[in-house]
Amino acid sequence: MGQWSYLAVMAFILLGAGWLEVGLRTRVFRRWRRLVLSVLPVALLFALWDIYAIASGHWWFDESLITGIKLPGELPIDEVVFFLLVPIAAILTLEAVRSATGLPVGDEEHDDAEGEGP
Amino acid sequence: MTYTQLAVLGVLLVVVWDLWIVRTRLLTRRVFWMAYPIIVFFQLLTNGVLTGFRIVRYSGEAIIGSSTPESSAPPALGDGRILFAPVEDLMFGFALVMLTLTLWVLWGGVASSGSRCPARPCPPWCRCWPGWGVASPLRAIRNRDALKMRGARAVPRVGGARCGRVRGSGWPWERHS
Repeated sequence: MGQWSYLAVMAFILLGAGWLEVGLRTRVFRRWRRLVLSVLPVALLFALWDIYAIASGHWWFDESLITGIKLPGELPIDEVVFFLLVPIAAILTLEAVRSATGLPVGDEEHDDAEGEGP
Repeated sequence: MTYTQLAVLGVLLVVVWDLWIVRTRLLTRRVFWMAYPIIVFFQLLTNGVLTGFRIVRYSGEAIIGSSTPESSAPPALGDGRILFAPVEDLMFGFALVMLTLTLWVLWGGVASSGSRCPARPCPPWCRCWPGWGVASPLRAIRNRDALKMRGARAVPRVGGARCGRVRGSGWPWERHS
């Protein structure tokens, strides 16, 4: 499958969840500041976990199936893409379910009826 | 620590985080339990590819099951694996997704109510925490206008003295009216 194998799986995640932004009007990418503040701290924390796990030998990668570009701490950029895309996909899913069902998520105004809906 | 220990710790920490620290209480919401199975389905699918094709390989020392074999696919089910991936990955994923979603909801609460004041009593240790549940560095990010509290309005007390909602505050780019 070659060196793009890992990133191909990431592309699947992006396409699989990304259409929700348009299809179910999740408005996640439009609220990009809130998105950045939610995704970046988590990606950073889990990248640290990843660096620790790689250093401790918990897991490793088939060098022929990843791009081979690595950040300090032997962290493949493929993993960084994972830690950015998976949280975004999770938020898109939550917002899509909210959009489809109208169920409260917990960030609505609580003392009057105007929610945060689209 | 092994991957198993870290994964269990991660799950415990995000549960405590959601229910008692930031109190987003996503774990008690229907919307979360409708969204999470969808997320897990796609996690099993994509992680199954990453681990089944041995793009990512695991050490038997760190997980419940045994190491990813050198020249063949790991078992699809059993030996501590579900769809080729170690069960630890499900816990890792849970922690990753929970932490992200709680932050997303938390920042949204800042936008819609200025302070994250829930319609229920604050725990005692929250009462001295301005804009409770929201880390204070965030207040600096908020627009200065918002901090001037235009048209401040008291809300019936539901808990701590500092639990009040301020009209016109919150994220400037997401203000309602």
